[in-house]
Amino acid sequence: MTSATTRPASDYPPGGDAFRHRHLIGIAQLTPWEISYVLDAAEQWVELNRSGAAKHDDRLAGLTIINAFFENSTRTLLSFEIAGKRLGADVVNMHAAQSSVKKGETLIDTAMTLNAMRADAMVIRHASSGAVQLIADKVDCPVLNAGDGRHEHPTQALLDALTIRRRLGRVEGLTIAICGDVLHSRVARSNILALTLLGNEVRIVAPPTLTPPAVDRMHVTTFTDMDEGLKDADVVMMLRLQNERMDGAYLPSAREYHAFYGLTPKRLEKAKPDAIVMHPGPMNRGVEIDSNVADHPTRSTITEQVEMGVAVRMACLDILTRRKRGVPGWN
Amino acid sequence: MELKPLHIVNAQLVDAETPRAGSLLVIDGRIAALDPTETPEGSEIVDAKGQWLAPGIIDLGVFATDKPAFHFGGITRAALMPDAGPLDDPGLVERAAKGGKPDLWVHPLAAATKGLAGRELAEIGLMKSAGARAIATGRTRIADSGVMRRVLAYAASLGLVTIIHAEDEGLTAGAVATDGEMATRLGLASAPAIAEAMAIARDLALVEETGAPVHFRQVTTARGLDLIRAAKAKGLPVLCGITPAHLFLSDTAIGDFRTFARLSPPLRSEDDRQACLAAVADGTIDVLSSGHDPRGPEDKRLPFAEALPGMAGAETLLALGLNLVRDGHVSPGRLFDMLAATPACLLGLDAGRLAVGKDADLILIDDGTPWQVDAKKMAAYAGNTPFDGMPVQGRATAMWKGGMRVR
Repeated sequence: MTSATTRPASDYPPGGDAFRHRHLIGIAQLTPWEISYVLDAAEQWVELNRSGAAKHDDRLAGLTIINAFFENSTRTLLSFEIAGKRLGADVVNMHAAQSSVKKGETLIDTAMTLNAMRADAMVIRHASSGAVQLIADKVDCPVLNAGDGRHEHPTQALLDALTIRRRLGRVEGLTIAICGDVLHSRVARSNILALTLLGNEVRIVAPPTLTPPAVDRMHVTTFTDMDEGLKDADVVMMLRLQNERMDGAYLPSAREYHAFYGLTPKRLEKAKPDAIVMHPGPMNRGVEIDSNVADHPTRSTITEQVEMGVAVRMACLDILTRRKRGVPGWN
Repeated sequence: MELKPLHIVNAQLVDAETPRAGSLLVIDGRIAALDPTETPEGSEIVDAKGQWLAPGIIDLGVFATDKPAFHFGGITRAALMPDAGPLDDPGLVERAAKGGKPDLWVHPLAAATKGLAGRELAEIGLMKSAGARAIATGRTRIADSGVMRRVLAYAASLGLVTIIHAEDEGLTAGAVATDGEMATRLGLASAPAIAEAMAIARDLALVEETGAPVHFRQVTTARGLDLIRAAKAKGLPVLCGITPAHLFLSDTAIGDFRTFARLSPPLRSEDDRQACLAAVADGTIDVLSSGHDPRGPEDKRLPFAEALPGMAGAETLLALGLNLVRDGHVSPGRLFDMLAATPACLLGLDAGRLAVGKDADLILIDDGTPWQVDAKKMAAYAGNTPFDGMPVQGRATAMWKGGMRVR
């Protein structure tokens, strides 16, 4: 099954012109058609991933993908690992905790070491904004940003857009409320960029202490009252609240946060009756989201987002290695 | 060493608003006469060929003694910030003061507090005896208002100006940029620009109460400059300075996470940049300095938030200052007040102007020749300039320190 909104290949510029980037650092570098090109490409992987026992395609056979995660992650790392393996690549994971990063080696030195091992693509996560760009500038292979500081997490925004498109039939002209710790969230930044670029009305719902300065310059409207911010929304996108934000510096307490910014069934009634509820995970049940909202059989898309994550990452790995693999038109 | 008298002829002297044709005579390392009618026998004659003859730049507040960069930039004296060391001990001050002689004079700025920790008074009096010309709070301010008040009063009693860094540490904790669209898009921790005005407001209240003279090394925001303007109107003994970075760059320069543009205080909004230019033009800003802080790749080739702040500014100071002249913000005379005369006055130096009796610290300036800033070809020991690639005009072509030819 492909979505009704998938465009025929002839709608896109031919060959490599459809996605003119060596790396995937952020949504900020992409055009609307490049986003929809990735989403369309991901549809076939959704299909493959659902196709029972033989979830395999060997187009990346012989290629080495290094997942270099300088910050802890379970689900994103796993998602990239599965994506690479389903495409037949040799996938190696490097965790910062086990690496020489702890011994004082600089980030650039680590990147050059990985580069010397002749990776064909690198997937990088780092706690510092801009770190992935810094590495991408130094290595010879495509680099995929799996999250850098508070800056960007482009594959998350792409998988969210795919989820919305498959659920609501389109990802344009919608009202989307992004709620929670926007200040510290790379997921929020990438989603703001992607969703505004695709022509949606994006709202930020957050306490003032967790609203980024001048965020209205990113073409969003800001709300501190959640009921108001959710009014008639098509999509409610919740963000994870890190535990360390709840200790009094940014918020008085978890229970106060839940009282004012937690997504309860009652609050969700402010949104459109068929509004979907998203969360990038992992969730703090009972803090930013109530269990009976998170587990709602028709409105919650949380597990579907995880599923779309693998498909989107397969699409990104496929597209970014086409030059290397000598796919006609991609040079 | 016996110095022959030196007669620089056919020069454009920068001793008033606009350069004027004239000549200058140096005897025994001092300026002996302007436009002398006769020259002593055996004088060395230098033909300036119509170039500007200006006082050597006195760079107020550098973080390293980097002679090649200073000489390239026409800097004959540099006031060294106390951070390296830190300079909180008379012995260290004495050694720093000898650092560049004879062809570069370094004037150490003594640490205001022990270890620059902001808690206990340093031996300010003994450091003055050892050669300190002023005291400074370093890269940060003194957070404790009680300590700051005592520092100001104590330094004033010794006739020393206190050089202040103005940022409220509560607002700037963890921040690497100024609040705004750029910091938000890049996902960088940022602080509101008022962190500067809040720090200035506190210290101005202390100045008013103690009568102590102060110099805010860098004032970079409209609100901060408004406070300085008002304080000057009230007659308070307040000076302030800036570097070219905040006059020619706004926070858009940190796009793409360019760590060479990571500065302290961070680059500001375009509105604040315009306010800084206006404050240069109206005289609110008294001093233009380089903030020279060369940093190698180990400090700069890092993710933005992990990189250390600072720029190598000594080589570009003069050319960017001349930009202010060409853009009509200041006259040549006022530019050299900011680069030399006012710093000399603040440090109590008998230099900084083309006047009889002053030390013959002189530079010849070709004010028109275009060149391009190139981070890879700098004289400084690191090329961390936020102006990399920028076309500029004008450079020092010759330099004398105390009448002795340096280059």
